[in-house]
Amino acid sequence: MVDLHLDPEVLSGLQEVMEGEYPKLLDTFLDDSQKRVEALRKARDDAKALGRIAHSFKGSSGNLGAMRLAQLCQRLEVESVGAGVGDLGALVDQIDREFALVKPLYETERQRFQI
Amino acid sequence: MSALAPVLEPLTILIAEDSAADLLLLSTIVRRQGHQVLTATNGAEAVEVFIRERPQLVLMDALMPVMDGFEAARRIKQLAGEELVPLIFLTSLRESEALAQCLDAGGDDFLPKPYNQLILAAKINAMDRLRRLQATVLQQRDLIAKHHDYLLHEQRVAKAVFDKVAHSGCINAAPNIRYLQSPYALFNGDLLLAAYTPSGDMHVLLGDFTGHGLPAAVGAMPLAEVFYGMTAKGYGLAETLREMNAKLKRILPVDMFCCATLLCLSTQRRVVEVWNGGMPEGYVHEVASGKRTPLASRHLPLGVLSAEAFDDRTEVWPMALGDRVFLLSDGVLDTADANDQLFGAERLQQVFAANREPDRLFEDIEQALAAFRGEARDDVSMVEITLQAGQQLRASGPLYADSGQSCPLDWSVSFEFRAETLKRYNPLPYLLQLLLEIHGLREQSGALYSVMAELYSNALEHGVLGLDSRLKRDAQGFAEYYRQRNDRLAQLNSGYIRVHVQVLPTAAGGRMTLRVEDSGPGFDVEQVLARPLDIDRLSGRGLSLVRQLSSDVRWSDGGRSVCVEFCWEALA
Repeated sequence: MVDLHLDPEVLSGLQEVMEGEYPKLLDTFLDDSQKRVEALRKARDDAKALGRIAHSFKGSSGNLGAMRLAQLCQRLEVESVGAGVGDLGALVDQIDREFALVKPLYETERQRFQI
Repeated sequence: MSALAPVLEPLTILIAEDSAADLLLLSTIVRRQGHQVLTATNGAEAVEVFIRERPQLVLMDALMPVMDGFEAARRIKQLAGEELVPLIFLTSLRESEALAQCLDAGGDDFLPKPYNQLILAAKINAMDRLRRLQATVLQQRDLIAKHHDYLLHEQRVAKAVFDKVAHSGCINAAPNIRYLQSPYALFNGDLLLAAYTPSGDMHVLLGDFTGHGLPAAVGAMPLAEVFYGMTAKGYGLAETLREMNAKLKRILPVDMFCCATLLCLSTQRRVVEVWNGGMPEGYVHEVASGKRTPLASRHLPLGVLSAEAFDDRTEVWPMALGDRVFLLSDGVLDTADANDQLFGAERLQQVFAANREPDRLFEDIEQALAAFRGEARDDVSMVEITLQAGQQLRASGPLYADSGQSCPLDWSVSFEFRAETLKRYNPLPYLLQLLLEIHGLREQSGALYSVMAELYSNALEHGVLGLDSRLKRDAQGFAEYYRQRNDRLAQLNSGYIRVHVQVLPTAAGGRMTLRVEDSGPGFDVEQVLARPLDIDRLSGRGLSLVRQLSSDVRWSDGGRSVCVEFCWEALA
């Protein structure tokens, strides 16, 4: 599970629930996540802000089946409390890379529903 | 979707979530479960939507910009008031401190991310059940409160109506009556009535209906009507008791009746006449000697026996000025202590014996009850009537609607009442009603009634029954006198009393002449009239009273016939 980037079962579940809204959900997630990744980069020196953004990002990536991303966000959320800011930068980078990795997977999924 | 629990009734659900993807996902899930969805992307917006739309359930993210979920939750719970608006926090918060914070803010449950549709549907349904339960509880609470208010209102109205009836007599106005009655004793079936007869005697009734609450109070109304109506018209205890008994027997269900003591206290004649059916023993307290004569129950309560079986026999006891009659309800004797021991008559006697100040008797009894039980009872009734001099005769006859144009001024009428009638009928109220047709006499109705009553009872007791008034020299003889009166009346088979009334107009107004004749042996008028006017003696008060109250008194036919006159001036 640790190495699972995108859980296909979650995606098929979402497709069943969302029906026609499924592509919109994917778009929204990609758009939203892009903003959060940028926000994380900007907040590198603010542990509190990093924790808050990581908390939200963890929620939506978990819901969309980006398991590894959700896990990284959770680590950031936990470590943002009490840890030195310097150690958090590495985690932000990891999240950045993980998003870069899953983004094309979602885009591919999205393209199955071109109208 | 078929795996989801069926939705009972679509709800309006507010979802507050700042993550656009999560909001879209959750609203789609909830909508597909059959509910209507409202959305907000921060706490402040959530509160606004809540105020505007009053959703029935709220799903709320904990961490949001502008106003976080905790603060929004607090405000929404406050706005919801007594209504239960279930609030489920959407959170993957792990720390117990954060979860406790959600509960403190008014959260009812949590839904962790990632969302699981089945769990979400189950939680919404569970919360909806709670919401309905709360709504039902509130509705029933309000209904109960409404019923309770209604009942209290009814009782207040009933009590107000009843107080008007019950206190239309002289219970509060008479200076010689003291009573103590718990405010809602009416709803324990206790009833206390007092009124003056036309001759200024006082009738007092202390009754206790079986049962409690409104049913016990209902019977009190007709009883009070009979009591006041008949007392005002000059009926005696026997007739009044018969009427009360017959009325209650007719209207009350079999298991309901009224224990009662009815008494007639006469300052003029210095006596108290008592009938007690089922009430605890009251007492006549002779102040000079300290002696207390018990007024024991000799009869079944009112409303039990048929008219034929009913016994209206009364007892008569002499009283001196300042002597007191004390009556009480069974609430006094039946007060129980922690071990269910009853207060009882013996303890009451001890209170009497220890009482030094007669005016503090009630307080002494109350203190003894409180000391015995540890707390006061709410259905205690006590009344004490003192025989006082100087009771004004009052015109208390019923009011007449006619204007005076039809007033009869020149007529006469004669009656002859024979043995069978004398035994069971009291013609005085009828005669009084007849005479009060004359407007000019209404002012003097008290005196008129007193004189008629005295002449009639003299004719009956000394004339027809041949009783010797000298028997009434002392208390013992007094009792003997009334025993003989009852016996002789019961065995009477001959004799008569004739009443002649003549009304003539005069230059000034009018004159009524009343002549009463009896079939007895007559008496030595000269000798009786030579006696001093000793108003404190038990016997012989009657004649001096008659001489005081009427314009002119004359005896003839060896004391067998007496004639009095009443005059009046024309009304302006």
